[in-house]
Amino acid sequence: MGNSPLRKAGIAVGALLILTWCLLPVAWIISLSFKSQESITNGNPGFLPGDGTFAGWDNYVAAWDNEQFRRAIFNSIGISLIATVLSVIIATLAAYAIARLEFKGKKLVLTTALAIAMFPVVSLVGPLFDMWRAIGLYDTWAGLVIPYMSFTLPLAIWTLSAFFREIPWEMEQAAQVDGATSWQAFRKVIVPLAAPGVFTAAILTFFFAWNDFVFGISLTSTEAARPIPASLSFFVGADPFNRPASLLAAGAVIATIPIIVIVLVFQRKIVAGLTSGAVKG
Amino acid sequence: MSTATAPAPAPAEKKKDKPHQSDRAVAENKLGMKLVAPALIVMLFVTAFPMLQALWLSLSNYALTAPDDRSFVGAQNYVTALSDPLFWRTMLVTVGIMVVTVFFELVIGFVFAIVMHRVVFARGIIRTSILIPYGIITVVSGFAWQFAFSGTNGFVNYWLPFVEDNFNWFGEQFPALFAICVSEIWKTTPFMSLLLLAGLAQVSEDMVEAAKVDGATWWQRLWKVILPNMRAAIMVAILFRALDAFRIFDNIFVMTAGAVNTESVSFLTYRQVIEQFQIGMGSALSVLLFLSVLVIAFLIVKLFRVDLAAARQEG
Repeated sequence: MGNSPLRKAGIAVGALLILTWCLLPVAWIISLSFKSQESITNGNPGFLPGDGTFAGWDNYVAAWDNEQFRRAIFNSIGISLIATVLSVIIATLAAYAIARLEFKGKKLVLTTALAIAMFPVVSLVGPLFDMWRAIGLYDTWAGLVIPYMSFTLPLAIWTLSAFFREIPWEMEQAAQVDGATSWQAFRKVIVPLAAPGVFTAAILTFFFAWNDFVFGISLTSTEAARPIPASLSFFVGADPFNRPASLLAAGAVIATIPIIVIVLVFQRKIVAGLTSGAVKG
Repeated sequence: MSTATAPAPAPAEKKKDKPHQSDRAVAENKLGMKLVAPALIVMLFVTAFPMLQALWLSLSNYALTAPDDRSFVGAQNYVTALSDPLFWRTMLVTVGIMVVTVFFELVIGFVFAIVMHRVVFARGIIRTSILIPYGIITVVSGFAWQFAFSGTNGFVNYWLPFVEDNFNWFGEQFPALFAICVSEIWKTTPFMSLLLLAGLAQVSEDMVEAAKVDGATWWQRLWKVILPNMRAAIMVAILFRALDAFRIFDNIFVMTAGAVNTESVSFLTYRQVIEQFQIGMGSALSVLLFLSVLVIAFLIVKLFRVDLAAARQEG
């Protein structure tokens, strides 16, 4: 039954199912973003905009004209990028040590990373809220960058140490035979070889920071640092019981564009990173 | 410092035999500690330290609305929380969401993994699109599904048979939880399927072929050969997803804001701290939430005998 037509048909149906699963809600939010706001207030059911309710780019223009929304996009990009760069640098150092060196405390680092990956984020909201207000980190970029780093480090460390194990280490030995120290061998030989892994870790870290909501709503209070998911959720319009759905949808689509671009450009790397980092049983 | 690549001499004995350690091993030990120190400090600064702080705060009746009335109350907050039916109701809702979503994610994710494993055409398109739900902001997913289920602006009521066109999914507990679960399952199934795909790729084709030659049906091969051989991958996926699902917050915040009894433990904790400024009570709930996660992790590891060493070594 290896290549029977029945089986082929089954796979084709499955493939179609996956595509529908992944893309239908995305198509829906895009469709919604083109419905006019008046029709949403009056009720405009159905998947596609009905007769005379197509709004063109109006919602996108309105969303972009909103000062708070633009600030939130700016905050999200800045905070996510800073957190990504710092987290990846620190994780690279740690992952190299874990993959390559024998030292005391290796178990402690791995156990801590595993524990933090499972940590209930919300249980930190209270103490961090209190701490951040005491030391002046509340409602600042740094106040979000620090927790994002802590929570992306485990993923970055795992992904990177999995990559580091597969690097041809003879090259490092060769460099050391030529008189390089451990540190030089690390910096000049291994870093370039490890670049793809570093890249994967960076993308996954960026995804986490871009997606975060709990810290975003609880550790900010103004547009000084409020990131995009928090800004979207507070964007209720005049009537909280009748949200401006199509306007929100336009904002949501804009907020999703960076993710789609990253996915399209780095598809292979992300899949490799996800599957190599998490399971090898 | 010399080579770091040669296997270190008997690392197990290192601790006690300090005088016998070579300079190389000492240097390696030092470098290793230096390299992991920043990561360890950042991770602990934001988790261990605040958690200890929460433990301390949870023993007082500290509220930002009345900061001067702060006093030590011992375990009073815990007693109040644990004897309140509200806490147990949110716990039940959270565990319910966790069990339902992880079950469906596992089943659907496995089907997706098999399809992705076998499919020969359009591989790139499928793998690209499966990453879109994974990468999309949870808040956006919550909005998309909330509007999809909306009676006035959605499409779900029109597409589903046996559902009235103006049915309000967010008016009652179970329909609202259903909508929340749909959003959660939609977003995280792709992640599950990628983890399972990695496990599937490690099942030896020869073994499956051998079973086939011996006359095993497709169903038998699945249950007797494929699934037992990807046990580690499945267990790690369940563990991680279950703990993630237990922390559910974003979807509930966006879709119902906890109305009609859809509050999760995370949401209750958040509401106490951020909206009601009850730092003492909120901290007690934080500690309880943390303990619940520990208990669930422990139960899953014990119940399914998850090989954490394998997960930690490679994962």
